Amino acid sequence: MTEATLQPATPSAAMIRTLGLVATVCGVLIVTAYEGTLDAVNANKKLALERAVFKVIPGAAKVDEYFATPAGIQPAATGTPEGGVKFYAAYDQAGTLKGIAAEGAGKGYADTVRILYAYDPARQVVTGFGVVAMRETPGIGDKIYTDPAFLKNFEALDVKLSADLKSLANAVKVVKHGSKQNAWEIDAIAGATVTSKAVGRGINDSAQKLLPLLVPNLEKLNAAPQSRVSAFPPIAKGGEGGFEAAPTPSSTQNPPQPPFTKGGSDLASPRQEASS
Amino acid sequence: MSESLSQIFIGTLLANNFVLAMFLGLCPFLGVSARLNTALPMGAATTFVMLVASLCAFGLNWLVTTFHLEFLRLISYIVIIASAVQLVEMVLKKYSPALFRALGIYLPLITTNCAVLGVALFQTAREYSFTQSLTFAAAGGAGFTLALLLMAGLRERLNLASVPNVVQGTALSLMLAGLLSLGFMGFAGLGAGE
Amino acid sequence: MIPGQKQLTNMEELLEGIWKQNPVFVMVLGMCPVLAVSVSAMNAISMGLATTFVLVGSTLLVSLLRSVIPKEVRIATYIVIIATFVTVVDYLIQAISLAVYDALGAFIQLIVVNCIILGRAEAHASKNPPLRSVLNALGMGAGFTLGLFALGAVREILGAGKLFGVALFGPDFQPWVVMVLPPGGFFVLGSWLLLFNWLNSRKTDAAQAKPVEGHAHV
Repeated sequence: MTEATLQPATPSAAMIRTLGLVATVCGVLIVTAYEGTLDAVNANKKLALERAVFKVIPGAAKVDEYFATPAGIQPAATGTPEGGVKFYAAYDQAGTLKGIAAEGAGKGYADTVRILYAYDPARQVVTGFGVVAMRETPGIGDKIYTDPAFLKNFEALDVKLSADLKSLANAVKVVKHGSKQNAWEIDAIAGATVTSKAVGRGINDSAQKLLPLLVPNLEKLNAAPQSRVSAFPPIAKGGEGGFEAAPTPSSTQNPPQPPFTKGGSDLASPRQEASS
Repeated sequence: MSESLSQIFIGTLLANNFVLAMFLGLCPFLGVSARLNTALPMGAATTFVMLVASLCAFGLNWLVTTFHLEFLRLISYIVIIASAVQLVEMVLKKYSPALFRALGIYLPLITTNCAVLGVALFQTAREYSFTQSLTFAAAGGAGFTLALLLMAGLRERLNLASVPNVVQGTALSLMLAGLLSLGFMGFAGLGAGE
Repeated sequence: MIPGQKQLTNMEELLEGIWKQNPVFVMVLGMCPVLAVSVSAMNAISMGLATTFVLVGSTLLVSLLRSVIPKEVRIATYIVIIATFVTVVDYLIQAISLAVYDALGAFIQLIVVNCIILGRAEAHASKNPPLRSVLNALGMGAGFTLGLFALGAVREILGAGKLFGVALFGPDFQPWVVMVLPPGGFFVLGSWLLLFNWLNSRKTDAAQAKPVEGHAHV
């Protein structure tokens, strides 16, 4: 190689030694930072998730994270199952199920709009939603969480399942402003139709996938909250819904996995800068 | 999330153009956009490196996630991009000296082009699949080239115009970029689809 | 250091980046994060501080290791060192505030490819002792933060009618929304540069009016 003949100044051994030294120093720094901040980061994420869920499910006091799979539901701490749909079960102080929250996403005007919506299993309706992340035009797209008439759509949005429990009886549909007739329709905001549709599509896509898996197993959630309300110390398997740094190395590795990090960190607040 | 490939391509090329909407790769955009005949090779070289980087990043992400070493993701991305650029440079030098002469001076610059690292980071954050990642990288590169060409065309024209002294230089380029960006905002909503 | 250039005092070293060689307004380096996160004053300052941290940390380490780094692999070494500090700051921000982390998004990790940092490592830290390098880096970081803040504050005031999230003009204010959108970033930075150009040209004009100094300048 020409480079080698042009610059014979430093022997390879010295280069490798230096690179090794630098790599060691850097490795130590990174691992120290990672270990040092892990607890705080996880506590932050847990707090952010709780704040987001409590906002859409008033009265909730604790949140557990689950996956709904064709084989039933399982706590998220046991790992990400193939084809599982993530959802959050919210319980009140006494440990009764207050509602279910799940994430949905729809293509908006500028970019994907990601939302967290609340599902009331008793009435089979969506009872509210919060924005997780969006880049819609300020002053237009952000009407989806400021416009009272639009938010009224989500007091009891019908998402009940069809008789065979395979899909929603009526798909959630966003209709033109002022033409809402049924409980499963969403009255779009005039002038922000695309963003309204993103919300509707986000709820519909997510509910179509999640609810058929979830509803047949609702009993289990009611009966067995993996709750801290009970006096039992949580077992490593599911106790904290995966948020606390468990002592075993294998489970401390869990948090920064991409799906998790994303869901967790994005939940912090509906993008401040978009609204401000 | 299942965005279709065409949605990703159109969205990244126009509505979320890397340079004009996401602010990635501004250094070369302002630095190398003075002349049309340098803008095209620069865009082509960057697109090529983006595709390579996207490919590498996809593999690396799989590796890093499998072994639970997420804290090494960033450092491994940047190292692989730097090495990929070097490798591309060497291969080109050996097998296509003509192309190397055309792209040569730009290649080292691309290592610190944030659009390239941006491709790797965004495809990871959005959990794109393999084909989605490559589409994203191709669209990102095409968008970068498009912005570069538009800008270079405008700046070549402006060389002939008489511009007050105060306005010349970077300030003028930024104002132009602002106007282009304003124009590209009109593409928003293209990717929304029905 | 360029031979023949007179040695700067420590204070001058610190002030270099804040004024004379301000990375945003004078050198126009590292524009990507500047434009992308400056939609609000708070974001701008967070980004500035994060960059300063990486800048100071990496220049310190580069300066300490400057005699053992072979010149053939110096760029690779610098990049690894910078990436390390960016990873550290990434985790620190997550630990301090997730809201800030979300607002800055991918641009925290993109600090790695901020030309200012590699530029400082190559042009300054590799040739100067640790104290001077850190001072220079602190100045550069402060200058960068200042530039970001100048941009973020203007964009937030015009685009949202707020500063640090506090409404300034009451409910009747109609925000100039385009300012917080991408084109606004280009326009505001362009306007700042115009202002600096204009100030500079006035200074040069004034200097040229006096013949003696005019010769000294040209």
